[in-house]
Amino acid sequence: MGRHVVARVDEVDIGKSKLVKVAGRDIALFNVKGEFFAIANRCPHEGADLCKGQLVGLAESDEPGQYRMTRHGELVRCPWHGWEFDIRTGKSWCDPARTRVKSFDVSVANGGTVVEGPYQAEIFQVSIDEDYVVVEI
Amino acid sequence: METLVAPRPATLSRLGAIDCDVHPDAPRRADLMPYLDDYWREMVTSRDVDLLELTSYPTRTPPFNRPDWQAGEGKGVDKLRRNLLDPFGLRCAVLNCVTGVHAIYDPYLAAALCCATNDWLATEWLDRDPRLRASLVVPLQNPQAAVEEIERRAGDKRFVQVLALAMGEMPLGRRFYWPIYEAAERHGFALGIHAGSTYRHAPSQSGFPSHLVEDHVHQSQGFAAQVVSLVAEGVLVKFPNMKVVLIESGVSWLPGLMWRMSKDWRGARIEIPWVKEPPAALIRKQIRMTAQPFDAPLDPAELERIIEHLDADDMLLFATDYPHRHFDGDAALPAGFPERLLDRFVGENALSTYPRLEVLP
Repeated sequence: MGRHVVARVDEVDIGKSKLVKVAGRDIALFNVKGEFFAIANRCPHEGADLCKGQLVGLAESDEPGQYRMTRHGELVRCPWHGWEFDIRTGKSWCDPARTRVKSFDVSVANGGTVVEGPYQAEIFQVSIDEDYVVVEI
Repeated sequence: METLVAPRPATLSRLGAIDCDVHPDAPRRADLMPYLDDYWREMVTSRDVDLLELTSYPTRTPPFNRPDWQAGEGKGVDKLRRNLLDPFGLRCAVLNCVTGVHAIYDPYLAAALCCATNDWLATEWLDRDPRLRASLVVPLQNPQAAVEEIERRAGDKRFVQVLALAMGEMPLGRRFYWPIYEAAERHGFALGIHAGSTYRHAPSQSGFPSHLVEDHVHQSQGFAAQVVSLVAEGVLVKFPNMKVVLIESGVSWLPGLMWRMSKDWRGARIEIPWVKEPPAALIRKQIRMTAQPFDAPLDPAELERIIEHLDADDMLLFATDYPHRHFDGDAALPAGFPERLLDRFVGENALSTYPRLEVLP
Protein backbone atom coordinates (compact mmCIF):
# COMPACT_ATOMS: atom_id res chain seq x y z
CA MET A 1 0.00 0.00 0.00
CA GLY A 2 1.23 3.42 -0.82
CA ARG A 3 0.25 6.73 -2.24
CA HIS A 4 1.60 7.34 -5.66
CA VAL A 5 1.82 10.65 -7.45
CA VAL A 6 0.74 9.83 -10.99
CA ALA A 7 0.14 13.10 -12.82
CA ARG A 8 -0.04 16.84 -12.62
CA VAL A 9 -3.67 17.92 -12.38
CA ASP A 10 -3.41 19.97 -15.57
CA GLU A 11 -2.23 16.97 -17.58
CA VAL A 12 -5.71 15.44 -17.75
CA ASP A 13 -8.46 17.70 -19.07
CA ILE A 14 -12.08 17.36 -18.00
CA GLY A 15 -13.67 14.42 -19.77
CA LYS A 16 -10.27 12.96 -20.71
CA SER A 17 -8.13 10.11 -19.49
CA LYS A 18 -4.52 9.12 -19.05
CA LEU A 19 -2.87 5.75 -18.77
CA VAL A 20 -0.54 5.62 -15.79
CA LYS A 21 1.66 2.85 -14.47
CA VAL A 22 1.75 2.35 -10.75
CA ALA A 23 3.60 -0.43 -8.99
CA GLY A 24 3.64 -2.45 -12.18
CA ARG A 25 -0.07 -1.98 -12.87
CA ASP A 26 -1.72 -0.21 -15.78
CA ILE A 27 -4.27 2.20 -14.42
CA ALA A 28 -6.72 4.35 -16.34
CA LEU A 29 -7.03 7.79 -14.80
CA PHE A 30 -10.10 9.88 -15.64
CA ASN A 31 -11.07 13.48 -15.03
CA VAL A 32 -14.84 13.69 -14.58
CA LYS A 33 -15.94 17.29 -14.24
CA GLY A 34 -12.74 18.12 -12.32
CA GLU A 35 -12.90 15.04 -10.10
CA PHE A 36 -10.35 12.28 -10.65
CA PHE A 37 -11.03 8.53 -10.76
CA ALA A 38 -8.78 5.55 -11.36
CA ILE A 39 -9.64 2.03 -12.45
CA ALA A 40 -7.64 -0.89 -13.77
CA ASN A 41 -7.01 -0.31 -17.44
CA ARG A 42 -7.85 -3.79 -18.70
CA CYS A 43 -11.44 -4.59 -19.66
CA PRO A 44 -12.38 -7.93 -18.06
CA HIS A 45 -14.14 -8.97 -21.27
CA GLU A 46 -11.39 -9.11 -23.89
CA GLY A 47 -8.67 -6.97 -22.40
CA ALA A 48 -9.12 -3.66 -24.24
CA ASP A 49 -7.58 -0.47 -22.85
CA LEU A 50 -10.31 1.24 -20.87
CA CYS A 51 -8.29 4.48 -20.86
CA LYS A 52 -9.18 4.70 -24.56
CA GLY A 53 -12.89 4.40 -23.85
CA GLN A 54 -15.26 7.34 -23.97
CA LEU A 55 -16.75 8.83 -20.85
CA VAL A 56 -20.50 8.66 -21.27
CA GLY A 57 -23.66 9.20 -19.29
CA LEU A 58 -26.09 6.51 -18.18
CA ALA A 59 -28.93 5.92 -20.65
CA GLU A 60 -32.11 4.98 -18.83
CA SER A 61 -35.72 4.45 -19.81
CA ASP A 62 -39.03 3.75 -18.13
CA GLU A 63 -40.86 3.02 -21.36
CA PRO A 64 -39.89 1.83 -24.85
CA GLY A 65 -39.10 4.87 -26.98
CA GLN A 66 -38.45 7.19 -24.05
CA TYR A 67 -34.89 8.02 -23.09
CA ARG A 68 -33.20 9.76 -20.21
CA MET A 69 -29.52 10.53 -19.77
CA THR A 70 -28.24 10.79 -16.21
CA ARG A 71 -24.83 10.71 -14.52
CA HIS A 72 -23.15 12.53 -17.38
CA GLY A 73 -19.59 11.36 -17.98
CA GLU A 74 -19.58 8.91 -15.08
CA LEU A 75 -19.37 5.72 -17.09
CA VAL A 76 -16.62 4.57 -19.40
CA ARG A 77 -17.58 2.61 -22.52
CA CYS A 78 -15.03 0.02 -23.50
CA PRO A 79 -13.67 0.95 -26.93
CA TRP A 80 -13.97 -2.59 -28.27
CA HIS A 81 -17.47 -3.87 -27.42
CA GLY A 82 -19.16 -1.03 -25.63
CA TRP A 83 -19.46 -2.56 -22.18
CA GLU A 84 -20.13 0.20 -19.66
CA PHE A 85 -18.25 0.52 -16.37
CA ASP A 86 -19.11 2.80 -13.50
CA ILE A 87 -16.12 5.06 -13.13
CA ARG A 88 -16.71 5.36 -9.37
CA THR A 89 -16.88 1.67 -8.52
CA GLY A 90 -15.43 -0.15 -11.52
CA LYS A 91 -18.59 -2.23 -11.72
CA SER A 92 -20.04 -3.21 -15.07
CA TRP A 93 -23.50 -1.69 -15.49
CA CYS A 94 -24.94 -4.88 -16.98
CA ASP A 95 -23.45 -7.32 -14.49
CA PRO A 96 -22.29 -5.40 -11.41
CA ALA A 97 -22.02 -8.47 -9.20
CA ARG A 98 -19.68 -10.49 -11.36
CA THR A 99 -18.05 -8.18 -13.89
CA ARG A 100 -15.94 -5.36 -12.53
CA VAL A 101 -12.56 -3.76 -12.77
CA LYS A 102 -10.62 -2.75 -9.71
CA SER A 103 -11.05 0.86 -8.70
CA PHE A 104 -8.54 2.88 -6.73
CA ASP A 105 -8.81 5.78 -4.36
CA VAL A 106 -7.65 9.02 -5.91
CA SER A 107 -6.96 12.36 -4.36
CA VAL A 108 -5.39 15.66 -5.30
CA ALA A 109 -2.51 16.96 -3.27
CA ASN A 110 -0.52 20.14 -3.40
CA GLY A 111 3.09 19.87 -4.41
CA GLY A 112 4.22 21.21 -1.09
CA THR A 113 2.53 18.35 0.75
CA VAL A 114 3.81 15.82 -1.72
CA VAL A 115 7.40 16.79 -1.14
CA GLU A 116 7.07 16.44 2.61
CA GLY A 117 4.63 13.58 2.98
CA PRO A 118 4.75 9.83 2.55
CA TYR A 119 4.12 10.02 -1.19
CA GLN A 120 6.03 8.05 -3.76
CA ALA A 121 6.84 10.33 -6.62
CA GLU A 122 9.51 8.32 -8.29
CA ILE A 123 8.79 9.45 -11.82
CA PHE A 124 7.98 13.06 -11.04
CA GLN A 125 9.88 16.12 -10.51
CA VAL A 126 7.42 17.60 -8.04
CA SER A 127 7.06 21.33 -7.92
CA ILE A 128 5.61 22.88 -4.80
CA ASP A 129 3.51 25.32 -6.80
CA GLU A 130 1.31 22.74 -8.48
CA ASP A 131 -1.39 20.19 -7.66
CA TYR A 132 -0.89 16.48 -8.26
CA VAL A 133 -3.11 13.48 -8.67
CA VAL A 134 -2.39 10.78 -6.11
CA VAL A 135 -3.49 7.17 -6.47
CA GLU A 136 -3.58 4.86 -3.50
CA ILE A 137 -2.57 1.32 -4.21
CA MET B 1 -24.32 -51.75 -33.45
CA GLU B 2 -25.93 -50.70 -30.26
CA THR B 3 -29.26 -49.05 -30.67
CA LEU B 4 -30.30 -46.30 -28.34
CA VAL B 5 -33.60 -47.14 -26.79
CA ALA B 6 -35.51 -44.41 -25.05
CA PRO B 7 -36.53 -45.21 -21.51
CA ARG B 8 -40.26 -45.72 -21.61
CA PRO B 9 -41.86 -42.57 -20.22
CA ALA B 10 -44.60 -42.70 -17.64
CA THR B 11 -47.88 -43.77 -19.16
CA LEU B 12 -49.25 -40.65 -20.68
CA SER B 13 -52.89 -41.54 -20.27
CA ARG B 14 -52.54 -41.48 -16.48
CA LEU B 15 -51.01 -38.02 -16.37
CA GLY B 16 -54.06 -36.00 -17.45
CA ALA B 17 -51.89 -33.85 -19.68
CA ILE B 18 -52.75 -30.48 -21.15
CA ASP B 19 -51.95 -30.63 -24.86
CA CYS B 20 -50.91 -27.16 -26.03
CA ASP B 21 -50.86 -27.79 -29.76
CA VAL B 22 -53.66 -29.66 -31.48
CA HIS B 23 -54.85 -28.89 -35.00
CA PRO B 24 -58.46 -29.10 -36.02
CA ASP B 25 -59.20 -29.66 -39.70
CA ALA B 26 -58.93 -26.31 -41.44
CA PRO B 27 -62.42 -24.96 -42.14
CA ARG B 28 -63.48 -24.55 -45.76
CA ARG B 29 -65.97 -22.12 -47.23
CA ALA B 30 -68.93 -24.37 -46.57
CA ASP B 31 -67.94 -24.60 -42.90
CA LEU B 32 -67.68 -20.84 -42.50
CA MET B 33 -70.74 -19.78 -44.52
CA PRO B 34 -73.14 -20.00 -41.56
CA TYR B 35 -70.96 -17.54 -39.65
CA LEU B 36 -70.57 -14.91 -42.37
CA ASP B 37 -73.01 -12.09 -43.07
CA ASP B 38 -74.73 -11.76 -46.43
CA TYR B 39 -72.09 -9.44 -47.88
CA TRP B 40 -69.19 -11.74 -47.08
CA ARG B 41 -71.18 -14.84 -48.12
CA GLU B 42 -71.53 -13.21 -51.53
CA MET B 43 -67.86 -12.25 -51.60
CA VAL B 44 -66.39 -15.62 -50.66
CA THR B 45 -68.67 -17.23 -53.21
CA SER B 46 -68.02 -14.90 -56.13
CA ARG B 47 -64.30 -14.68 -55.36
CA ASP B 48 -64.16 -18.43 -54.81
CA VAL B 49 -62.52 -18.21 -51.41
CA ASP B 50 -62.63 -21.81 -50.26
CA LEU B 51 -59.53 -23.70 -49.23
CA LEU B 52 -57.67 -21.33 -46.93
CA GLU B 53 -54.26 -22.90 -47.17
CA LEU B 54 -50.98 -21.25 -46.40
CA THR B 55 -48.38 -21.79 -49.10
CA SER B 56 -45.99 -22.63 -46.30
CA TYR B 57 -48.30 -25.33 -45.03
CA PRO B 58 -50.29 -27.20 -47.65
CA THR B 59 -52.47 -29.25 -45.33
CA ARG B 60 -53.08 -32.11 -47.72
CA THR B 61 -49.41 -32.87 -48.32
CA PRO B 62 -49.18 -36.53 -47.24
CA PRO B 63 -45.95 -36.46 -45.21
CA PHE B 64 -47.42 -34.01 -42.72
CA ASN B 65 -50.07 -36.25 -41.26
CA ARG B 66 -49.88 -39.48 -39.29
CA PRO B 67 -51.45 -42.21 -41.40
CA ASP B 68 -53.21 -44.10 -38.60
CA TRP B 69 -54.84 -40.89 -37.39
CA GLN B 70 -55.82 -39.91 -40.91
CA ALA B 71 -57.35 -43.31 -41.61
CA GLY B 72 -59.55 -43.27 -38.54
CA GLU B 73 -63.29 -43.07 -38.93
CA GLY B 74 -65.45 -40.05 -38.34
CA LYS B 75 -64.56 -36.40 -38.51
CA GLY B 76 -64.32 -33.26 -36.44
CA VAL B 77 -64.58 -33.64 -32.69
CA ASP B 78 -65.61 -37.29 -32.86
CA LYS B 79 -62.44 -38.19 -34.68
CA LEU B 80 -60.32 -36.08 -32.36
CA ARG B 81 -61.85 -37.79 -29.34
CA ARG B 82 -61.15 -41.21 -30.74
CA ASN B 83 -57.63 -40.49 -31.96
CA LEU B 84 -56.35 -38.24 -29.23
CA LEU B 85 -58.46 -36.95 -26.35
CA ASP B 86 -59.55 -40.38 -25.04
CA PRO B 87 -56.52 -42.60 -25.68
CA PHE B 88 -54.05 -39.96 -24.48
CA GLY B 89 -56.18 -39.24 -21.41
CA LEU B 90 -55.90 -35.50 -21.97
CA ARG B 91 -57.25 -33.09 -19.39
CA CYS B 92 -57.58 -30.50 -22.10
CA ALA B 93 -56.26 -29.58 -25.52
CA VAL B 94 -55.66 -26.21 -27.13
CA LEU B 95 -56.79 -26.06 -30.76
CA ASN B 96 -54.60 -24.05 -33.09
CA CYS B 97 -56.37 -23.34 -36.33
CA VAL B 98 -53.54 -22.31 -38.62
CA THR B 99 -54.96 -21.22 -41.97
CA GLY B 100 -54.58 -18.65 -44.70
CA VAL B 101 -56.45 -15.98 -42.73
CA HIS B 102 -53.07 -14.67 -41.64
CA ALA B 103 -51.91 -14.13 -45.21
CA ILE B 104 -54.93 -12.37 -46.70
CA TYR B 105 -54.11 -8.87 -47.93
CA ASP B 106 -57.65 -7.48 -47.68
CA PRO B 107 -57.82 -6.35 -44.03
CA TYR B 108 -61.64 -6.52 -43.97
CA LEU B 109 -61.92 -9.96 -45.53
CA ALA B 110 -59.30 -11.12 -43.04
CA ALA B 111 -61.37 -9.72 -40.16
CA ALA B 112 -64.57 -11.37 -41.42
CA LEU B 113 -62.90 -14.75 -41.89
CA CYS B 114 -61.19 -14.61 -38.48
CA CYS B 115 -64.49 -13.84 -36.79
CA ALA B 116 -66.24 -16.65 -38.68
CA THR B 117 -63.40 -19.08 -37.89
CA ASN B 118 -63.70 -18.29 -34.18
CA ASP B 119 -67.48 -18.77 -34.30
CA TRP B 120 -66.96 -22.06 -36.09
CA LEU B 121 -64.36 -23.16 -33.51
CA ALA B 122 -66.70 -22.31 -30.66
CA THR B 123 -69.72 -24.03 -32.17
CA GLU B 124 -68.28 -27.01 -33.97
CA TRP B 125 -65.47 -27.85 -31.54
CA LEU B 126 -65.49 -26.13 -28.15
CA ASP B 127 -69.21 -26.64 -27.55
CA ARG B 128 -68.86 -30.33 -28.31
CA ASP B 129 -66.22 -31.39 -25.82
CA PRO B 130 -65.49 -29.73 -22.48
CA ARG B 131 -61.81 -30.63 -22.76
CA LEU B 132 -61.26 -28.35 -25.72
CA ARG B 133 -59.77 -24.86 -25.70
CA ALA B 134 -58.65 -22.75 -28.65
CA SER B 135 -56.40 -20.00 -29.88
CA LEU B 136 -58.23 -16.97 -31.15
CA VAL B 137 -57.47 -16.12 -34.76
CA VAL B 138 -57.32 -12.37 -35.24
CA PRO B 139 -56.47 -10.25 -38.29
CA LEU B 140 -52.96 -9.07 -37.52
CA GLN B 141 -53.20 -7.11 -40.78
CA ASN B 142 -55.85 -4.95 -39.11
CA PRO B 143 -55.02 -4.31 -35.43
CA GLN B 144 -58.19 -2.34 -34.77
CA ALA B 145 -60.35 -5.24 -35.92
CA ALA B 146 -58.08 -7.65 -34.04
CA VAL B 147 -58.70 -5.72 -30.82
CA GLU B 148 -62.46 -5.77 -31.48
CA GLU B 149 -62.29 -9.54 -31.96
CA ILE B 150 -60.39 -9.95 -28.67
CA GLU B 151 -62.98 -7.80 -26.87
CA ARG B 152 -65.81 -9.80 -28.43
CA ARG B 153 -64.39 -13.12 -27.16
CA ALA B 154 -63.05 -11.92 -23.82
CA GLY B 155 -66.03 -13.44 -22.01
CA ASP B 156 -65.44 -16.87 -23.54
CA LYS B 157 -62.58 -18.26 -21.50
CA ARG B 158 -62.24 -21.26 -23.74
CA PHE B 159 -60.17 -18.99 -26.00
CA VAL B 160 -56.86 -18.83 -24.17
CA GLN B 161 -54.41 -17.18 -26.55
CA VAL B 162 -54.14 -15.02 -29.64
CA LEU B 163 -52.48 -16.67 -32.62
CA ALA B 164 -49.77 -15.23 -34.87
CA LEU B 165 -47.34 -16.78 -37.35
CA ALA B 166 -43.58 -17.12 -37.01
CA MET B 167 -43.03 -15.33 -40.32
CA GLY B 168 -45.45 -12.57 -41.16
CA GLU B 169 -45.56 -9.09 -42.61
CA MET B 170 -43.05 -7.60 -40.16
CA PRO B 171 -41.43 -8.43 -36.85
CA LEU B 172 -43.99 -8.92 -34.10
CA GLY B 173 -42.22 -6.51 -31.78
CA ARG B 174 -43.27 -3.51 -33.89
CA ARG B 175 -45.58 -0.96 -32.30
CA PHE B 176 -48.10 -1.57 -35.09
CA TYR B 177 -49.15 -4.70 -33.16
CA TRP B 178 -49.13 -3.23 -29.67
CA PRO B 179 -52.86 -2.49 -29.46
CA ILE B 180 -53.39 -6.23 -29.94
CA TYR B 181 -50.99 -7.03 -27.11
CA GLU B 182 -52.57 -4.42 -24.86
CA ALA B 183 -56.00 -6.00 -25.31
CA ALA B 184 -54.60 -9.52 -25.03
CA GLU B 185 -52.77 -8.80 -21.79
CA ARG B 186 -55.74 -6.94 -20.31
CA HIS B 187 -57.93 -10.01 -20.84
CA GLY B 188 -55.31 -12.59 -19.88
CA PHE B 189 -54.63 -14.01 -23.35
CA ALA B 190 -51.17 -15.33 -24.15
CA LEU B 191 -49.63 -14.61 -27.55
CA GLY B 192 -49.13 -17.86 -29.46
CA ILE B 193 -46.67 -17.78 -32.35
CA HIS B 194 -47.09 -20.80 -34.59
CA ALA B 195 -44.73 -22.10 -37.24
CA GLY B 196 -45.69 -20.89 -40.69
CA SER B 197 -45.09 -18.07 -43.12
CA THR B 198 -47.29 -15.65 -44.98
CA TYR B 199 -44.60 -15.54 -47.67
CA ARG B 200 -44.35 -11.77 -47.54
CA HIS B 201 -40.64 -12.47 -47.28
CA ALA B 202 -38.39 -15.40 -48.09
CA PRO B 203 -38.53 -18.00 -45.32
CA SER B 204 -34.77 -17.97 -45.13
CA GLN B 205 -32.97 -14.78 -44.23
CA SER B 206 -30.72 -15.31 -47.22
CA GLY B 207 -33.48 -15.69 -49.80
CA PHE B 208 -35.81 -18.37 -51.12
CA PRO B 209 -34.74 -21.99 -50.63
CA SER B 210 -35.24 -24.73 -53.20
CA HIS B 211 -36.65 -27.56 -51.09
CA LEU B 212 -39.36 -28.26 -48.58
CA VAL B 213 -36.86 -29.57 -46.04
CA GLU B 214 -35.21 -26.15 -46.06
CA ASP B 215 -38.55 -24.46 -45.36
CA HIS B 216 -38.98 -26.64 -42.31
CA VAL B 217 -35.53 -25.99 -40.91
CA HIS B 218 -35.82 -22.25 -41.55
CA GLN B 219 -38.78 -21.98 -39.22
CA SER B 220 -36.39 -21.67 -36.31
CA GLN B 221 -34.86 -18.56 -37.95
CA GLY B 222 -38.33 -17.08 -38.06
CA PHE B 223 -38.96 -17.81 -34.39
CA ALA B 224 -35.53 -16.50 -33.43
CA ALA B 225 -36.22 -13.21 -35.22
CA GLN B 226 -39.53 -12.85 -33.38
CA VAL B 227 -38.01 -13.52 -29.96
CA VAL B 228 -35.25 -10.96 -30.58
CA SER B 229 -37.80 -8.43 -31.85
CA LEU B 230 -40.14 -8.90 -28.86
CA VAL B 231 -37.22 -8.35 -26.48
CA ALA B 232 -35.55 -5.43 -28.27
CA GLU B 233 -38.67 -3.47 -29.20
CA GLY B 234 -39.80 -3.69 -25.59
CA VAL B 235 -42.91 -5.87 -25.91
CA LEU B 236 -41.86 -8.16 -23.07
CA VAL B 237 -41.11 -5.15 -20.87
CA LYS B 238 -44.29 -3.32 -21.82
CA PHE B 239 -46.60 -6.33 -21.43
CA PRO B 240 -45.01 -8.29 -18.59
CA ASN B 241 -48.12 -10.32 -17.86
CA MET B 242 -48.50 -11.68 -21.38
CA LYS B 243 -46.72 -14.96 -21.96
CA VAL B 244 -45.51 -15.69 -25.49
CA VAL B 245 -45.80 -19.31 -26.60
CA LEU B 246 -43.65 -20.54 -29.47
CA ILE B 247 -45.59 -23.38 -31.07
CA GLU B 248 -43.80 -26.01 -33.18
CA SER B 249 -40.67 -23.95 -32.83
CA GLY B 250 -38.33 -26.69 -31.74
CA VAL B 251 -36.41 -26.04 -28.56
CA SER B 252 -32.67 -26.54 -28.79
CA TRP B 253 -31.93 -23.34 -30.75
CA LEU B 254 -33.09 -21.06 -27.94
CA PRO B 255 -30.24 -21.41 -25.40
CA GLY B 256 -27.68 -20.23 -27.96
CA LEU B 257 -29.84 -17.25 -28.83
CA MET B 258 -30.25 -16.36 -25.16
CA TRP B 259 -26.51 -16.51 -24.53
CA ARG B 260 -25.72 -14.43 -27.56
CA MET B 261 -28.35 -11.77 -27.02
CA SER B 262 -27.44 -11.39 -23.37
CA LYS B 263 -23.84 -10.87 -24.35
CA ASP B 264 -24.52 -8.44 -27.19
CA TRP B 265 -26.90 -6.55 -24.92
CA ARG B 266 -23.99 -5.63 -22.66
CA GLY B 267 -22.40 -3.55 -25.36
CA ALA B 268 -25.48 -2.37 -27.22
CA ARG B 269 -28.04 -1.95 -24.46
CA ILE B 270 -27.62 1.84 -24.59
CA GLU B 271 -29.78 1.68 -27.73
CA ILE B 272 -32.63 -0.12 -25.92
CA PRO B 273 -32.35 1.14 -22.33
CA TRP B 274 -35.86 -0.13 -21.50
CA VAL B 275 -34.31 -3.60 -21.49
CA LYS B 276 -32.88 -3.40 -17.99
CA GLU B 277 -32.04 -7.01 -17.40
CA PRO B 278 -30.23 -9.56 -19.54
CA PRO B 279 -32.46 -10.68 -22.44
CA ALA B 280 -32.10 -14.28 -21.28
CA ALA B 281 -33.82 -13.35 -18.01
CA LEU B 282 -36.72 -11.73 -19.86
CA ILE B 283 -36.99 -14.70 -22.22
CA ARG B 284 -37.04 -17.17 -19.34
CA LYS B 285 -39.77 -15.20 -17.61
CA GLN B 286 -42.10 -14.75 -20.56
CA ILE B 287 -41.31 -17.07 -23.47
CA ARG B 288 -42.70 -20.60 -23.53
CA MET B 289 -42.27 -23.39 -26.08
CA THR B 290 -44.33 -26.41 -27.04
CA ALA B 291 -42.23 -29.53 -27.03
CA GLN B 292 -43.30 -31.34 -30.22
CA PRO B 293 -41.33 -31.39 -32.40
CA PHE B 294 -38.37 -31.50 -30.04
CA ASP B 295 -35.10 -31.08 -31.92
CA ALA B 296 -32.95 -33.04 -29.50
CA PRO B 297 -29.85 -35.19 -29.91
CA LEU B 298 -30.43 -38.84 -30.81
CA ASP B 299 -29.28 -40.02 -27.40
CA PRO B 300 -32.20 -39.48 -25.00
CA ALA B 301 -29.73 -39.09 -22.14
CA GLU B 302 -28.70 -35.76 -23.64
CA LEU B 303 -32.15 -34.24 -23.65
CA GLU B 304 -31.83 -33.21 -20.03
CA ARG B 305 -28.73 -31.17 -20.90
CA ILE B 306 -30.74 -29.09 -23.34
CA ILE B 307 -33.31 -28.46 -20.66
CA GLU B 308 -30.50 -27.47 -18.30
CA HIS B 309 -29.28 -25.01 -20.91
CA LEU B 310 -32.72 -23.40 -20.96
CA ASP B 311 -32.12 -22.98 -17.23
CA ALA B 312 -35.83 -22.65 -16.49
CA ASP B 313 -38.17 -25.42 -15.45
CA ASP B 314 -41.34 -23.71 -16.59
CA MET B 315 -40.62 -22.94 -20.24
CA LEU B 316 -41.70 -26.18 -21.88
CA LEU B 317 -45.32 -27.08 -22.57
CA PHE B 318 -46.50 -30.54 -23.46
CA ALA B 319 -47.93 -30.88 -26.97
CA THR B 320 -48.65 -33.60 -29.48
CA ASP B 321 -48.96 -31.40 -32.58
CA TYR B 322 -51.82 -33.70 -33.60
CA PRO B 323 -52.33 -34.78 -36.40
CA HIS B 324 -48.74 -34.29 -37.52
CA ARG B 325 -46.32 -37.12 -37.30
CA HIS B 326 -43.58 -36.74 -34.72
CA PHE B 327 -43.98 -40.00 -32.82
CA ASP B 328 -45.74 -43.34 -33.02
CA GLY B 329 -48.36 -44.69 -30.66
CA ASP B 330 -48.67 -42.49 -27.62
CA ALA B 331 -44.96 -41.72 -27.24
CA ALA B 332 -45.65 -37.99 -27.14
CA LEU B 333 -43.33 -37.31 -24.22
CA PRO B 334 -39.89 -36.55 -25.63
CA ALA B 335 -37.58 -39.50 -24.97
CA GLY B 336 -35.42 -38.85 -21.96
CA PHE B 337 -37.60 -36.09 -20.52
CA PRO B 338 -36.62 -35.80 -16.84
CA GLU B 339 -39.10 -37.35 -14.46
CA ARG B 340 -38.64 -34.52 -11.93
CA LEU B 341 -40.14 -31.99 -14.37
CA LEU B 342 -43.00 -34.11 -15.62
CA ASP B 343 -45.79 -32.56 -13.54
CA ARG B 344 -44.79 -29.10 -14.62
CA PHE B 345 -44.38 -30.15 -18.22
CA VAL B 346 -47.74 -31.82 -18.69
CA GLY B 347 -49.85 -29.38 -16.70
CA GLU B 348 -48.54 -26.77 -14.29
CA ASN B 349 -46.58 -24.85 -16.89
CA ALA B 350 -49.63 -24.54 -19.16
CA LEU B 351 -51.76 -23.31 -16.27
CA SER B 352 -49.28 -20.56 -15.44
CA THR B 353 -48.91 -19.65 -19.11
CA TYR B 354 -52.62 -19.28 -19.77
CA PRO B 355 -54.41 -17.30 -17.04
CA ARG B 356 -57.70 -17.92 -18.85
CA LEU B 357 -57.29 -21.68 -18.78
CA GLU B 358 -59.71 -23.07 -16.24
CA VAL B 359 -59.57 -26.80 -15.69
CA LEU B 360 -61.00 -29.10 -13.11
CA PRO B 361 -58.36 -30.17 -10.60
